[in-house]
Amino acid sequence: MDTPFRMVRATAAAAITLAGWSAPIAAQQVPDSSVRRTQRTLDSLATAMQALQARMDSLTRAGAQAAPPPTTAPQARASGSYMNMSFDGLGDMGWSSLRNVRSIERGDHDPKVRGFSIPNAEIALDGVIDPYFKGFSNIVLKLDENGETGIELEEMYFVTTSLPHNLQIKAGQFFTEFGRQNPQHPHAWSFVDQPLVLNRMFGAEGLRSQGARLSWLAPTPFYAEAMLTVANSAGGTTHSFRSEASSEIHGGVPIDRGVDGMRDLLIAPRLAASFDPTETQTVLVGVSGALGPNNSGPRANTRIAGADVYWKWKSARASQGFPFVSLQTEALVRTYDAALRTSVDDPGTALPGKTLRDKGVYAQLLWGIKPLLVVGLRGDVASGDEDAFAPPLRVDKYRVSPNVTWYPSEYSKLRLQYNYGKRPGLGVDHSVWVQYEFLLGAHSAHKF
Amino acid sequence: MKIISFLHLSVLAPIAAWSLATSASRVPPPAAVIHVVATTPDLAALAREIGGDAVEVKALAKATEDPHFVDAKPSHIVTLNRADVLIEGGADLEIGWLPPLLESARNDRIATGAPGRIVASQGIRMLDVPSTLDRARGDVHALGNPHFLIDPINVRTIAATIAEHFALVNPKSADLFRANLKKFDATLDVHLATWLKQMAPFKGAKIVTYHKDFVYLAERFNLEVVETLEAKPGIAPSPAHLAQVISTMKAQNARVILVQPYQNRKTAETVARQTDATVLDMAQQPGAIDGTGTYFQLMDYIVTLLSTALQEKK
Repeated sequence: MDTPFRMVRATAAAAITLAGWSAPIAAQQVPDSSVRRTQRTLDSLATAMQALQARMDSLTRAGAQAAPPPTTAPQARASGSYMNMSFDGLGDMGWSSLRNVRSIERGDHDPKVRGFSIPNAEIALDGVIDPYFKGFSNIVLKLDENGETGIELEEMYFVTTSLPHNLQIKAGQFFTEFGRQNPQHPHAWSFVDQPLVLNRMFGAEGLRSQGARLSWLAPTPFYAEAMLTVANSAGGTTHSFRSEASSEIHGGVPIDRGVDGMRDLLIAPRLAASFDPTETQTVLVGVSGALGPNNSGPRANTRIAGADVYWKWKSARASQGFPFVSLQTEALVRTYDAALRTSVDDPGTALPGKTLRDKGVYAQLLWGIKPLLVVGLRGDVASGDEDAFAPPLRVDKYRVSPNVTWYPSEYSKLRLQYNYGKRPGLGVDHSVWVQYEFLLGAHSAHKF
Repeated sequence: MKIISFLHLSVLAPIAAWSLATSASRVPPPAAVIHVVATTPDLAALAREIGGDAVEVKALAKATEDPHFVDAKPSHIVTLNRADVLIEGGADLEIGWLPPLLESARNDRIATGAPGRIVASQGIRMLDVPSTLDRARGDVHALGNPHFLIDPINVRTIAATIAEHFALVNPKSADLFRANLKKFDATLDVHLATWLKQMAPFKGAKIVTYHKDFVYLAERFNLEVVETLEAKPGIAPSPAHLAQVISTMKAQNARVILVQPYQNRKTAETVARQTDATVLDMAQQPGAIDGTGTYFQLMDYIVTLLSTALQEKK
């Protein structure tokens, strides 16, 4: 409606201006009477146009009152991007009775020093690529204890959207779908730090690598999904496999073991099933495996098995997702075939071949008391069976962690956590951490 | 290890190639009874009215829970995987939980743009569309207020869209869907005339709501929402804000507070005690309150409850 009105008004204004400008020129070339007649005609035309303009203005006002409020422009803006982008900042502050905080907080996104730290700031990008694929990328920036910034491509993958027979392929770099917490980003964790057993099995950054995953949703009346990931077994994020830092596990000099065939890749199967026992409860159970080579010797392998259970009750009258109670537990065992190798600590000594067994479990209980307030309690235990190769990563550890989290809004959180830790022979440690988080932008929703 | 490796080579790669080549041209066979999934019970109720016996309808959200914060449960993946039609509210109502479900459901019958995908907000004149996005104003929806089904005029538009999509998905039942739509519209006309008549004496009446979720109802029946108990959408009520709400209610003689089943009734009652107000158990989802299983029953309940309370507090 506005556009034609504006055009008519502009035309009328131009005609009036032209009439005023042309009159003096005409006066020099024609008799006065003709000039006056022309002038009168132009004046009357200008008056008529002004009246017309006033009438149109009044119609415009009436139209504006009757018209609905404009809604199209913001809709165009919101759908004007092919990609969602968000930024998530996660920081910690706190104190531990141990000066060397790293010896107890071994996760890459855990608080690592007394005082302040920023262990995770992630830029997440996601969107639909075309009718066949969706894409996701997560770029992480972090500050180490010396204030140096590290950047890593945490995840970058595409996933198919329209394969037949309930199949789906994901390919790129991604967190291996093993258990419940490993695939989650740090800001989705319910505690400040990584569970001990996940750190022991998958290292500081969790198990992730470049590869592909095939998944199949079974045609059962309940949820059942089978997943198979095939990925590279080398790099800093394949802790129990061909990671450069594997001497931390077996105490020997790692060999340079390349990929000779499929047997040198990492294979990770997972089966998950879920039921809703009642309208307000959900149970999710899963079993996972990770099989692949390690670099203690040319033919040495690692096998990790895990089981996970998640139970959640949420009120049928939940407001903002509260109140709720959830229980999450994961148990893992690792069998690490350490081959005959040279000791890192004593290069003249050969370490005999051994099968190293580690295991651990954690359980965490969360109670969302009322909207945006959660209290939690986590128990952690991890142990290794071989004292001869028992660097910090394989010693027995126990930890109990109560915490409370307050979400001022959906886009920020403040968390207070106390850790009581114990390592037989090394003593007890106490730590208190405050964690804060903010989220900018439209972060994609999280899985159950 | 060798067996798994063999599986990888022989199964994964050919399946990927074949599927990608054929997936674009696959057209699902028409179902005798179409399986409809609605994100919320109000959309499910409309689907039942239009689909009749030719559809089976499930809602993902419970009638009593906050539709912004539904858990993306694995059982929802199974439901979506087998759906012929998905009806969502849109306008970012389900942004926090629907996308991961859809990714896992891997069902192209309900992909964006398919006949089996209905976005109810498309074609609706949205209210509260922000001119700038700023979360200092709370959880404001960029595309406008998503609680539009509480306006019967909007429901008429959405019912027509549902009938149109159902006919595309199952052309054999197209006549049934059109007939059901006609019947629905006729019933709606009769009810709407009654509702407008019931609410006519209360033109300009002032009400208070917990969240900004009754703006469409207020507009349709010429009511004025003078305050919300939440200072800003998604932000819990603070004592300071509630004091301001009480002051406004007293100054403007607003003595009716609308609260949904999942909102904090205690907070509303505290305010009501100090303002001589009535707290009304309102709901926007059919079935949230006993005897409101259909859209018409729900609106009858809302209009009767509201007009009675406004009459008492006049």
